Amino acid sequence: MTATNPSTPVPKIAVVDLWKSFGGKPVLRGIDLEVASGESFVIVGGSGAGKSVLLKHLIGLIRPDRGHVIVDGEDMACADPAVCLALRKKFGMSFQEGALFDSLSVFENIAFPLRRHTSMSEAEITHRVRECLELVHLPGVEHKAPSELSGGMRRRVGFARAIAMKPEILLFDEPNTGLDPITSAVIDNVIVEMREHLPVTMVTITHDMKSAFRIADRLAMLREGTIVAAARPEEFRSLPDPYIQKFIAGEPLEEDVA
Amino acid sequence: MNASSRLRAAPLLLLESLGQRATAGFEEVGRFFTILASTLYWMFRRPFDGHQWLKQMVRVGVDSLPVVGLTALFTGMVLALQTYRGFERFHAEAYVGSVVSLSLTRELAPVLAALMIAGRIGSSLAAELGSMRVTEQIDALYAMATEPIHYLIVPRVAATTLMLPPLVACADGLGVLGGYSVAVGLMGANPVVYWEKTFQFLDLNDVFSGLIKAAVFGLILSVTGCTKGFFTTGGAEGVGRSTTAAVVMASVVILVSDFFLTKILF
Repeated sequence: MTATNPSTPVPKIAVVDLWKSFGGKPVLRGIDLEVASGESFVIVGGSGAGKSVLLKHLIGLIRPDRGHVIVDGEDMACADPAVCLALRKKFGMSFQEGALFDSLSVFENIAFPLRRHTSMSEAEITHRVRECLELVHLPGVEHKAPSELSGGMRRRVGFARAIAMKPEILLFDEPNTGLDPITSAVIDNVIVEMREHLPVTMVTITHDMKSAFRIADRLAMLREGTIVAAARPEEFRSLPDPYIQKFIAGEPLEEDVA
Repeated sequence: MNASSRLRAAPLLLLESLGQRATAGFEEVGRFFTILASTLYWMFRRPFDGHQWLKQMVRVGVDSLPVVGLTALFTGMVLALQTYRGFERFHAEAYVGSVVSLSLTRELAPVLAALMIAGRIGSSLAAELGSMRVTEQIDALYAMATEPIHYLIVPRVAATTLMLPPLVACADGLGVLGGYSVAVGLMGANPVVYWEKTFQFLDLNDVFSGLIKAAVFGLILSVTGCTKGFFTTGGAEGVGRSTTAAVVMASVVILVSDFFLTKILF
C-alpha cells in the first residue's frame, strides 16, 4: 500500500519500493511513501518494525538492497560525490539519545557543522548557536558538557545541533523515548514550535501515539516492514484496522494474550 | 534413520563452521584494508584539521613517552645483565655493548614500543570509536555531512604513524643508557671499551630500519584499533570485545609483520 498524498504534486521525499534485509532477515519489504514539502510526517510502529532502519535510509546512513530514496528529485544513492554532499547538507537529524559528541561542549557541538561547512566568523557562530539554543528553550547551557545535561536537555541540544545549518528536512529518531510524560510533552512542543518557525519538512519516527498525534500532519503505520496505512490524524484515529486501533489504545493484540 | 542422517550431516556441519570462520577471517582482513584505503584517500583532503592532528600527536607521542621510555630502559638493563653473564663464560664481555645497541635499535625497541603502544593507544582508539559508534555519534557525524573516516580516523592514524619513530628513537637512546649503566655500574665493565663497542658495529642503517619498522607498526596498530572500533556492534559489551580484539590482533600482526619487515629491510 502506498502512502501517497494526492494534494501535493512534487514530494520533498519519495521512497520507492524500498527493500532491506540484514543477515537474510527482511526488515523493510517494499516501502512506498511520499512526504510533501513543509509537512510533518510521523511514522509509527512497534519495536522492531523497521522504523529506525527506514529513517536511516532517508538520510543515506543505510543503503537499500532494492528501491530508491528520492529527495528533491535526486536519488540518495548518487554517484557524484558533490551531489551526495549537497543532498546530505539538506538534512538535519536528531538521534535517540542525542548522539552529542561527548568530548565537546554544548557550544562546540552546535558549532561543529557551522565550523565544518561554513565560513562564518566566530561572532556569527556564537550568535547562531545562541539562536538555536533559544529555539529549543535552553539558553545559557553553551559551556556545559553533554554529560552534565539531563536526557531531555540532551535531546533538545541534539535538536539545536540539527537545525544549526538551517536544513530543509529534519529527521527525528524517537524523540520521546525514555522520557517522563511532562518532559516528553515539552519535547513535542519544541518540535511543533520549530515547525512553525522554520521552513522545514519533518519526518519523525515514534511509538508514542500521544506524541505522534501532537506533532503530525500525517501519520503512517509501519508493520513488519511495510506501510499498512497513512492518513491525517483525524482519519487515522478512525481507521478500521484492528492493529492500528489496538496500537492507538495501547492494548495487546488477541494473538499476544495467552 | 535419525542417527544415520545425523552422522552423514556431521562432516557437512564441520565444513560449514570452517567456512563460516574463513568468511569471518576474510571479512576482518577486508575491513582492515577498506579502512586503510579510505584513510589514505582522505588523508590529503580538505579541510585539514590541524588541531585534531596535534591533539592526537600529543596523546600518542608525549603521553606515551614515560611508559615506552621505562620499557626501553629496563630492556636495555636486563639485556646487558643477561649477555654479560653469558659472554663472561667465553671472555667476550667486551662485546656486550655491541649486542645491546644492535638488538635494541634493530629489533627490541621498535617491537616493544609498538606492543606497548598497541596496548595503550590501539585499545583506546577501539574503545573511543566503538563507544562513538554505539551511541550513534559516528552516524551523527555522517548526518552532518562529515566523513567519519576523515574527521576521526585520519588524525589518529597519522599521529600514531608519525609519532612511533621518534618514540622509538628515544627508546633506542634510553635502552643503550640502561645497558651502559648496568654493565659499567653493576658488572664492572670498562666504560671506555663499553662505549666504543656500543658504536663500533652500529650502522646508521640499523637505526633507520628500526625507525621504518616503527612507522609501519604504528600504521598497523592504529588502523587495527580504528577498524575494530568503527565496526563495533552490540552496546557496551561490544565495545569491550572490540577493545580486546584490537590489542590482540594488533600485537599478533606486529609480531608477524616484524619477521617479514626484517627480511625485507636487512
